[in-house]
Amino acid sequence: MTAFFKKPKRYMPLRQREPKIDAPQGLMTKCPSCKYMHYTKQLNENHKVCDCGYHFPLSADERISMLVDTGSFEKFPGPEVKANPLGFPDYEEKLAKDRERTGIEEAVVCGRASIAGHPFVVCVMDARFRMGSMGAYVGEAIASAVRQATAERLPVVLFTASGGARMQEGMVSLMQMANTSIALKQHDEAGLLYISYLTHPTTGGVSASFAMLGDLNVAEPGALIGFAGRRIIEQTIREKLPDNFQTAEFLLEAGQLDAVIHREQMRSFLHNMITLHGGGVDRV
Amino acid sequence: MFDPIKEVNEQLGKLRETAETKGIDLSREIRHLEAKLHRLEKDIYGNMKPWDRVQLARNPKRPTTLDYIERLFPDFIELHGDRHGYDDAAIVAGVATLEGMPVTIIGHQRGRNTKENMARNFGMPHPEGYRKALRFMKQAEKFNRPIITFIDTKGAYPGKAAEERGQSEAIARNLFEMATLKTPIVSVVIGEGGSGGALGIGVCDRLLMLENSTYSVISPEGAAALLWKDAKLAERAAETMKITAQDLYGLGIVDEVVTEVFGGAHMDVSLQSSLLKPVLTQHINELVQQGQTELLNGRADKYHQIGTIGS
Repeated sequence: MTAFFKKPKRYMPLRQREPKIDAPQGLMTKCPSCKYMHYTKQLNENHKVCDCGYHFPLSADERISMLVDTGSFEKFPGPEVKANPLGFPDYEEKLAKDRERTGIEEAVVCGRASIAGHPFVVCVMDARFRMGSMGAYVGEAIASAVRQATAERLPVVLFTASGGARMQEGMVSLMQMANTSIALKQHDEAGLLYISYLTHPTTGGVSASFAMLGDLNVAEPGALIGFAGRRIIEQTIREKLPDNFQTAEFLLEAGQLDAVIHREQMRSFLHNMITLHGGGVDRV
Repeated sequence: MFDPIKEVNEQLGKLRETAETKGIDLSREIRHLEAKLHRLEKDIYGNMKPWDRVQLARNPKRPTTLDYIERLFPDFIELHGDRHGYDDAAIVAGVATLEGMPVTIIGHQRGRNTKENMARNFGMPHPEGYRKALRFMKQAEKFNRPIITFIDTKGAYPGKAAEERGQSEAIARNLFEMATLKTPIVSVVIGEGGSGGALGIGVCDRLLMLENSTYSVISPEGAAALLWKDAKLAERAAETMKITAQDLYGLGIVDEVVTEVFGGAHMDVSLQSSLLKPVLTQHINELVQQGQTELLNGRADKYHQIGTIGS
């Protein structure tokens, strides 16, 4: 008998199972980059950065508590803006859902705080809320926080995390690029320091306005930063883009950023910069 | 595409010719056709939906920045370059006079045919285009010349090199500098106003829009794909996104809508220019009366009030 007549052995595929971990939800966090399983508590103590260098996204509250002197943060009241300027269908329901899910009012949190006793104005965008997109609320909250900083002669540190314009607010959203830039120009003309701190992701209308207007533009490692979307560029130029395209490191090499800063150094970097830019030398 | 207006126009032409050459009295027929033409035009152009206006704004025959410049500013002198190694042809700039007053003119420039479009990158600037524009704005400020910008672009160019050379930064820088530029700025949207690429030369004291132009944060096709996962819903998006001159006037974003020639600006560019000129002149004249503080506060307030209530 030849092999031809032999009935081939049949194997039954075993269903792949997630490794079973006997742990309550939230105890472990998996790194999406290197797949390592972290104890959430340990990860949090490590500024939410994996050993492989992956920076987990932070909520606005997490960022603020990691950065400023304990108890120093005073939140500014939210601006009074048109809730649904275009009358866009279902938009208000979406906002309400995100408010419930995230516990924040909108995609940015602004206030006054201090680092090692140095007061400054801080604005932190939160990408969990409508992908951090900018509508009238976000634009006006940032613009009015900057105006406040100008009035009190304080530096501004702004953490960006945004997909760009808020589609549901159309041109009202686009005009926030001008609104924020004008407030920042007035702050600039008053001789005050503005640090734009770009985190993952910073794209579209946000990258083409306040994100790029810092006296210093710095970014977190691996953050996606760009004007146009990767797919649109690939379709336009009909070629595949390199993997690191539009990352913080790519932009640093292209001369578009002052520095890429590991989250561990965030507080000390900002502390140094705020002190170094305070006052300057009096010349006779 | 079947064009009923063209059809009737041709018939009318033939009829008139026959009447003249053969000496037959066809005046009744001619009157009848003229009435029909009038009804048709009213029907078609009087009931334009946002999507129809999008088509007009994108019409390849639609007049470009240079078409208006030729007619409005016969003494225009074009100037070039960003002084860092490039001269982006998607942006034209130069100096001229408006009713005897020196002005700086900056605009997006599409091509009028394929060859020109290749040279001008379809009116989509690279970062160098914005930096070139900024150079001429600063010059205008120095010499106290009002600035007129013509907006007509699908958007800033989305390319690899454009990203590497700082497309975001170039646009952001212009918004920042235009914020407190100490000279009046009037912007006119003449075709498509495409998002940040349009705003990059469009922070102004007065925003004018031609009746059939559009200004949007994303194209209707893009909006439909993003919001409803279906680019075919573009027609609906053109309505929902509020991108026409009339809609944006209603939102307090546009200061004045400039009437267009019946059937669209391309029907008669010279007539269109003469409709634009008095509006442009009036706004510039009002702005040059203002003191510097009033001008700059007004500019800041204009953008501040767009999204806020009761301020």
